[in-house]
Amino acid sequence: MATQHSRSAARLMMAPAVILLLGWMLVPLTMTLYFSFKKYLPLRGGDLGWAGFDNYVRFVTSSAFWPSVQATLVIVGGVLLITVALGIVLALLLDQPMWGQGVVRILVIAPFFVMPTVSALVWKNMFMDPVNGLFAHLWAFFGAQPIEWLSQASLASIILIVSWQWLPFATLILLTAIQSLDSEQLEASEMDGAPPLSRFMWIILPHLARAITIVVLIQTIFLLSIFAEIFVTTGGAFGSRTLTYLIYQRVLESLNVGLGSAGGIYAVILANIIAIFLMRIVGKNLDA
Amino acid sequence: MARSVTTRRKIINTALAWSIGLLIFFPILWTILTSFKTEATAIANPPQFFFFDWTLENYAVVQERSNYARFLWNSIIIAGGSTILGIIIAIPAAWSMAFVPSKRTKDILLWMLSTKMLPAVGVLYPLYLIFIELGLLDTRIGLTIVLMLVNLPIIVWMLYTYFREIPGEILEAARMDGASLRSEILYVLTPMAVPGIASTLLLNFILAWNEAFWTLNLTAAKAAPLTAFIASYSSPEGLFYAKLSAASTMAIAPILILGWFSQKQLVRGLTFGAVK
Repeated sequence: MATQHSRSAARLMMAPAVILLLGWMLVPLTMTLYFSFKKYLPLRGGDLGWAGFDNYVRFVTSSAFWPSVQATLVIVGGVLLITVALGIVLALLLDQPMWGQGVVRILVIAPFFVMPTVSALVWKNMFMDPVNGLFAHLWAFFGAQPIEWLSQASLASIILIVSWQWLPFATLILLTAIQSLDSEQLEASEMDGAPPLSRFMWIILPHLARAITIVVLIQTIFLLSIFAEIFVTTGGAFGSRTLTYLIYQRVLESLNVGLGSAGGIYAVILANIIAIFLMRIVGKNLDA
Repeated sequence: MARSVTTRRKIINTALAWSIGLLIFFPILWTILTSFKTEATAIANPPQFFFFDWTLENYAVVQERSNYARFLWNSIIIAGGSTILGIIIAIPAAWSMAFVPSKRTKDILLWMLSTKMLPAVGVLYPLYLIFIELGLLDTRIGLTIVLMLVNLPIIVWMLYTYFREIPGEILEAARMDGASLRSEILYVLTPMAVPGIASTLLLNFILAWNEAFWTLNLTAAKAAPLTAFIASYSSPEGLFYAKLSAASTMAIAPILILGWFSQKQLVRGLTFGAVK
């Protein structure tokens, strides 16, 4: 039984973490909100007064906005589709009895630990380079014209790189979920003569539904803000400028802080919409 | 009872899984192999796989030219410092939430999680200003604090899920025996929580090591860690495959090894306990 004394002590112990995070959230966010209503150009006059909702309107009506939304959706959607689909297949495979399971697991998980700048750079140069890259060698071997991956197929290339980084995450979580499946249920259905496909459809997939939702939500939050992969490969060129990258360019490259801040607020709202769904699931789990 | 399978099935599984595993691992393997080649062999067509003259020269050149050791040191300080600082702040918070829960505990936990979801780019400029104002730009201490704050929600969450598994009766017994709050934490809770704390340390060290938004945007030369060091290789004039590979191998090797130890905790840590 917690006493009054330990209750107030508990509150005191929580205080540093809560205060720090509160400051971390509120201070910069308030500043961004403030700047977003200002005409603020640090190198061209600085603070030029209030702008009302001007920045918000200009951000969404600029010619770069819709393409960036489209690029963001294509990248996030593409990566989610690939990682979840392949993740399920891989998790099912890794759950099967085999020799050297531990080693295979390690091989599959490894890309997750590679820092984003390294994976972007390695893929860009050693695989996707149109002259010396391995893909170019492979294409030439089959007599095909090598592709300039990052300019001709920039979105596909970035999706490939990011999928490679996130496939381990999806696989690992789905594998954990599969392993928690009651094997008696599977055996029973096996004895009843259920074919593998319907076993997958009616027993495994429903069991995985929650894990898949979690993978989708967590990945979406991280994927919406991928930065290094674009920074290193295309620098936002060739139609690969995502919303995050557009905001970054407005703020730090063209130094239009007001406009970039308005974009930042849009990004915060977008992330929050997704976060609400994730919180619901995580929150439910806390009660259990 | 384990599901029984025929040997043939097992052979097929093994072959399939190994092929896919090796395919996924290949970019890393290729980077490591290339780091031991000369620049000429590195771009040779057809590509050379194992039968080339192995050389260590790239590693020496990378170290000599770019002062690799300094970036490595920055990475260690920043990732290690932010993790340890985060743990020190998070342990009391997680302890109180796990053992003295109140009606608001759940809300606080979820709110902490929500700060993790704030898109970094949305607060880039304010942070930039604050850093300039406080003289923190391109300093290790500034980056350490930022990465600590970025990962603090995950640290609190992970510790919380571990602490919750410690039976409360033991703590109460200690309290009955007259242990003070301080000695209760120090001598009863901590020894039981060490495995959980170690996993939390490990995973967050990895996350901080690989963080590539703040490290790229808030450092220039002095405090730049390995993420920024590698990004500097993206300029075309400095591009040599073998040297790039050597630099990359050095940047990822320590984390690959640590990562293999942490694969079990990875799921729990990154799903905030929602999948175990």
